[in-house]
Amino acid sequence: MQKNGPIALLFHTLVVAFVLAPLVVICLVAFTPENTLSIPTTSFSLRWFREIFRHPDFVASFVNSLWLATLAATLSVAISVPAALAIDRYEFPGRDALNALFLSPLIIPHLVLGVAFLRLFALIGATGSFGWLVACHVVVITPYVLRLVMASFTGLDRSAEQAAMTLGASHWTVFRRVTAPMILPGITGGWLLAFINSFDELTMSIFVTSPQTVTLPVRMYMYATESIDPMMAAVSALMIALTAAAMLVLDRAFGLDKILVGQK
Amino acid sequence: MSVGRSAATPFWLAGPGALLFLGLVVLPLVLTVILSFHVYDHTTGIKNEFTLAHYAAVFSDEYYLGIFWRTLRLAGLTTLICVLIGAPEAYILSRMRDPWRSVFLLVIIGPLLVSVVVRAFGWSMLLGSTGLVNQALQGLGFDSVRLLYTETAIVIALVHVMLPFMVIPVWTALQKLDPMVEAAAWSLGASHFTALRRVVLPQVSLGMLSGSLIVFGLSASAFAIPGLLGGRRLKMAATLVYDEYMHELNWPLGATIAIIVLVANLVIMLAYNRVIETRARKALG
Amino acid sequence: MSFLTLEKLSKVYGDFAAARDIDLNVAKGEFVSLLGPSGCGKTTTLQMIAGLIEPTTGTIMLDGSDITREKPNRRGLGIVFQSYALFPHMTVAQNVAFGLEMRKIAKAERDERVKAMLALVHLAAFAERYPRQLSGGQRQRVAIARALVIQPPVLLLDEPLSNLDAKLREEMQFELRRIQQRVGTTTIMVTHDQAEALSISDRVVVMEQGRMTQVDAPYKLYENPATPFISTFVGKMNRLEGIWRKGAAEVAGIALPAEAGGLAEGAAIAVSIRPEKLVLKTPGQGRIDGTIANRFFLGGSWLFTVETAAGAILVSAPNDGEEPAREGAKVALDWAPASLRIEPLAQGAAA
Repeated sequence: MQKNGPIALLFHTLVVAFVLAPLVVICLVAFTPENTLSIPTTSFSLRWFREIFRHPDFVASFVNSLWLATLAATLSVAISVPAALAIDRYEFPGRDALNALFLSPLIIPHLVLGVAFLRLFALIGATGSFGWLVACHVVVITPYVLRLVMASFTGLDRSAEQAAMTLGASHWTVFRRVTAPMILPGITGGWLLAFINSFDELTMSIFVTSPQTVTLPVRMYMYATESIDPMMAAVSALMIALTAAAMLVLDRAFGLDKILVGQK
Repeated sequence: MSVGRSAATPFWLAGPGALLFLGLVVLPLVLTVILSFHVYDHTTGIKNEFTLAHYAAVFSDEYYLGIFWRTLRLAGLTTLICVLIGAPEAYILSRMRDPWRSVFLLVIIGPLLVSVVVRAFGWSMLLGSTGLVNQALQGLGFDSVRLLYTETAIVIALVHVMLPFMVIPVWTALQKLDPMVEAAAWSLGASHFTALRRVVLPQVSLGMLSGSLIVFGLSASAFAIPGLLGGRRLKMAATLVYDEYMHELNWPLGATIAIIVLVANLVIMLAYNRVIETRARKALG
Repeated sequence: MSFLTLEKLSKVYGDFAAARDIDLNVAKGEFVSLLGPSGCGKTTTLQMIAGLIEPTTGTIMLDGSDITREKPNRRGLGIVFQSYALFPHMTVAQNVAFGLEMRKIAKAERDERVKAMLALVHLAAFAERYPRQLSGGQRQRVAIARALVIQPPVLLLDEPLSNLDAKLREEMQFELRRIQQRVGTTTIMVTHDQAEALSISDRVVVMEQGRMTQVDAPYKLYENPATPFISTFVGKMNRLEGIWRKGAAEVAGIALPAEAGGLAEGAAIAVSIRPEKLVLKTPGQGRIDGTIANRFFLGGSWLFTVETAAGAILVSAPNDGEEPAREGAKVALDWAPASLRIEPLAQGAAA
């Protein structure tokens, strides 16, 4: 009934081009056979992808980031589910304050969190510890997980649980057989979103990583401030591919718009 | 579900997380505030004496004020451009039919999940002296323009990174809109433009406001974009803090600037909450 | 003289015709309802009149001029949307004033007319409220006031009462008719509720699968439904199939006295009768015997399901204050032969 006019469609095309331009350019340049940043015109080459493996520091950072994101996302879910349960289902003093505490990293710039963590680590001698880095990431990504899990608790039909109870199920059985399956999409979506956020995090990590715990984004940032060569494009293209894959999974399973619309 | 009605249950459930957050959010912030009052000596480092000198320095030195002013200016400009692009784009998206609607929504907000470093790097390739934009300009017979390491480059890339944060709240507001209100306005004699201005715009203005605040807050504390596209000379607040910490090693001064960024951010958020509350009160009569 | 004329109006999407060959003449001041189940094309037709959907073919004439391709904001018709589509950020008064503002009517006159209109819909005290602070029925009346204040030549109502609960819906039916008669605006209402259409319209247009199948005054529609669908959709109807034999309808071997002409002996027929045209009698006193299988008390009347040799038959009897026959009781059914409608059954059309 309401259609977009030609001007609207032209505007839309320009916006889409603007949004995609840097990503497309990266993916093209990654395949260049040349030594300079150029778009391949005659032939495609994988040499810059092979080049990545001659940089063990990049490979190590990639593996490091993968572990970091996996651990942080899992821990974050482990904290968020009971916390969401407490906040959603119970009335207790300090409930609002607790909620605000869990969501506070959203309104604190990552830059500030980074310097704050750095100060703490310097005082307790935790600089360079992978475990503490994981903890920092948990703090940064938990608000996203908590919001998604809370949303699935709020959207849950309580009468289904009551029905299970009237049918003779114990509290634990109700949680396992009724509640958990219903909030599972929220949990999985939260985990994936947390994983991506942790994997991509730069601003906070750059303050608290040490040479042994450098994450991939930090490594890339350091590398890019020194020199720009097509290998950066190859690494970036891999990250885009990885993100796109995760995005497709998220979208298929839950609808990306639903997950991201809750994100700040 | 009621896992027993013991008063201690919620504390058991939320306790571990709460402890982690107290230890890793509240405590470090307090420590950083304290740090910003410590005396710093270039030869001996952080001293156990307290001073207001860092705050005084930051608020009086032309160099720091200049960087703060640039940060505010670029963040403001980014916000403005995001409103001008993001709000109409969200409206156009909302009028599309599926599957185009979901496909393009994904295209617009999906890049949110791509690392900022990657996106900044993409722009530095596009805007570099031999980048695509300059190649295109030369191909069209123009002189090449210096884009990389300029404020223009920073704003372009910031807009690119922040656009989803504007599209999402406006899109959400548009979803809540009864699609028939526009038709109702037409039937009462309003032109398309008037219907947009008088009926659609007021209903998404809160979404635009919340998008603006997020964009402004994130732009003002952005690190990777000014770091990679502004070069060493064009600093913004976040890159300044990084330099103070990592190159100058003047942690107290860095902490001072970080705390100022934090306070400014909180003030904006509080002001936003105030606006929303006033609106809600007005709407409820 | 027709005020609003639809001529051969159609809307086709690909190979699906949402509305086909709609021909309708509406007189000035008339209240016409478009009635039908969802997907019958009634809303499509209304939106074509409103200008929100462009017709594939056909013309729409309003007061002698062709408005088929006119933009909705130039037609000047008043539309009440199913969701009301009130402007949530404007007060009741601002909502109602919007159309006048678009017509650049001076503030003083605007206030005057808004006030008069709000008084008409009994909302004078709510002028400064926001839509979300109103009940469903009040919002409904704001929507009507907003559409009427511009003094439209035609008022279009899209399922205006469907979002209200049963009691309120009934009240609003009277209210709607009162306001419409007071203002005298030509009105077209889309509804799927047959009771609503029958109670407030001058004429009812029944639509099935994109086509108009009957246009008639409510009581005529009720008494002489043109299609089997209309007979069951409008009111309750007993419908049995049988054959015409020796001047009577024969259903399952039972002869039911009826009046009909021009039917061949042995022709397949459909027999139909309204539940309220049947009378319960003591066994043996009527035309057919049966047993009460169910009875429902509806307040003003009782509704019985009577099992007979010819099949289950619905009977409606007025509530006279006494308890009628119970479930399981033997009864007889009687009727005036003229009230039994006989239609020849088209070959293969047995429903």
